[in-house]
Amino acid sequence: MSKGLLQLTREGLALLFGRTPEKPPAEAVTPEAAALLAFKKTPAERKRRKEAIAAERAEDVMSWKWRSRRWASIILLNGLFVLSFWLDLQLVEGSLTASRVLGFHMADLNSSLQLMLAHKHVVLNLVIGVTTVFLIYVIVGGRSFCSWVCPYHLLSEIAELLHLKLAEKRLVKDHELDRRLRVVLFGVFAVLAFATGFTLFETISPVGILSRALTYGTLVGLIWVALLLAVEVLWSRRFWCRYVCPVGLTYGFVGAVAPVRILYDSEKCMHEGKCRQVCLVPHVLDLTKMSYATELREPIGPDCTRCALCLDACPTGALSFDVVGITRRPPPAFAPGGPGAAGLETSAHGKADAA
Amino acid sequence: MSDSSGEKPKLSSREREERRRFLRSVAVGGVVTCAALAGWLQHKVAVAAPRLRPPGALDEDAFLAACIKCGQCVQVCPVQAIRLADLQEGVGNGVPYIAARDQACDFSCDATQCVLACPTGALSHLIDKKEQVTMGVAKLVHGDACLARQGRGFRGKARGEAFAGRLRYVDIDRWKPQAVAGRAYDVPLCDLCVRECPIKGAIALEPVSADPADPRRTPVVKASCVGCGVCEMICPAEPAAIQIVVTPTGREPKRAGS
Repeated sequence: MSKGLLQLTREGLALLFGRTPEKPPAEAVTPEAAALLAFKKTPAERKRRKEAIAAERAEDVMSWKWRSRRWASIILLNGLFVLSFWLDLQLVEGSLTASRVLGFHMADLNSSLQLMLAHKHVVLNLVIGVTTVFLIYVIVGGRSFCSWVCPYHLLSEIAELLHLKLAEKRLVKDHELDRRLRVVLFGVFAVLAFATGFTLFETISPVGILSRALTYGTLVGLIWVALLLAVEVLWSRRFWCRYVCPVGLTYGFVGAVAPVRILYDSEKCMHEGKCRQVCLVPHVLDLTKMSYATELREPIGPDCTRCALCLDACPTGALSFDVVGITRRPPPAFAPGGPGAAGLETSAHGKADAA
Repeated sequence: MSDSSGEKPKLSSREREERRRFLRSVAVGGVVTCAALAGWLQHKVAVAAPRLRPPGALDEDAFLAACIKCGQCVQVCPVQAIRLADLQEGVGNGVPYIAARDQACDFSCDATQCVLACPTGALSHLIDKKEQVTMGVAKLVHGDACLARQGRGFRGKARGEAFAGRLRYVDIDRWKPQAVAGRAYDVPLCDLCVRECPIKGAIALEPVSADPADPRRTPVVKASCVGCGVCEMICPAEPAAIQIVVTPTGREPKRAGS
């Protein structure tokens, strides 16, 4: 049985809230996926995959296609805030906590939640702003905000590149934290906002601090941002986005079943693991491990930021953007009635010939 | 594993790493929470007088909570009187304020564009006229420095050549605020605070003695003062003889006329 929407949501949210992914029991795997797995475990197929991986490793180039698009998006959107103010363009006014885009209200969901809990009173404009943003991220996938809009994400990605360089030279080591910390902190800040009557997280949120610093020149807050980046370079890779930021959790929850998503195609996967190495939230890619997939094609869960670094990293195109109801793909070879292993064989050979 | 000195049952390396990871997580969570709480503490112990907030601002605590820290009020102000506070103000980080001595709110926008821009009602939509504003009250805090109280006139630029502040000089251009440094005053008795006050009848010069020959006058602030700070900005004395006094409570706009 393929997974229904409800089950996908439930499993996705469990991952989002900190569950550690596990190998699925045999009965959870569809017959097609089981047949594909059996084929992948044949000695001939193992040998072919090993050779393919070796050949791919020899080149070892990572594409910058999606990363550069994303950086352009972050720079453009944040640049619009800055230019709107300094050149009085009036396109995107305000900052990432709340803005008017061509006159329409937009409000950050986490900032608004904090505000409502602290102030205990809501005005119509804020409801309009929250609803607009909510609908956008219900469609494009909540955490798209993180990787396509958030200015801290860009700085953090650069810090990550530095961290990886230093880690390669064994000068620093990544210290993993418990992913449930983010859920706890979300609760802590919600309770604190309600109890103290102040939006305490907003005070230290690097999203708002950076957004305001860019447009309004409030530079003292950058000391805090620099501190966070230093921690990420020297001690724990991407710790703010991975384990702390309640903004990410809020958006992840909102986009739990977004139609814009990354789709994993198990038939194309060589289980090399490059995607998990580059991923901000590698637990969502655990299904790319051998025998972890339960279906031939599965969407990546709600914690995924749609940053598409995995698309840049994947040499076989096993991961791709997917819009439910719009993206068209040929049926899987292992689908009931499909050509099965034979079909996959020919397509694999075809690809090898082309290369 | 040949370590024989330990008496306790040894943890596997995986268990040890898990324990360390848990402790690290608790520590990071604690530090982040404390950082946010420090912002709150800063607000609680801050002895300094509260900032002058833009027109329509709720009482200080409610204002800090209701403000979403977006800066849209900053964007619409024609004289850029509104600025955003920075991290050192704790929970006030990102909240708008007016430094009246540098640039007062002169209602060049014909009142309360900032209120209309506010998406959260932190600047109360109950007001739509400048006369309804209650941001603070002007007070003669350095009476000895006041030129009028010394019976002196004033000649020259109110705040010197380098002053960047702007003001609506209706006689020059009703719609375009002009540089204060661009106007040379020449008055036999200094009355700049009264002359430039944007609220009719909010301040007046009154005699200091019963003697009709005594030229000395003192500025008297009336109940209609809204606290915009133009008098504080324009005052040629240094520091300003008249300044805005801000209270954290009791400044919230009331529904007009109902």
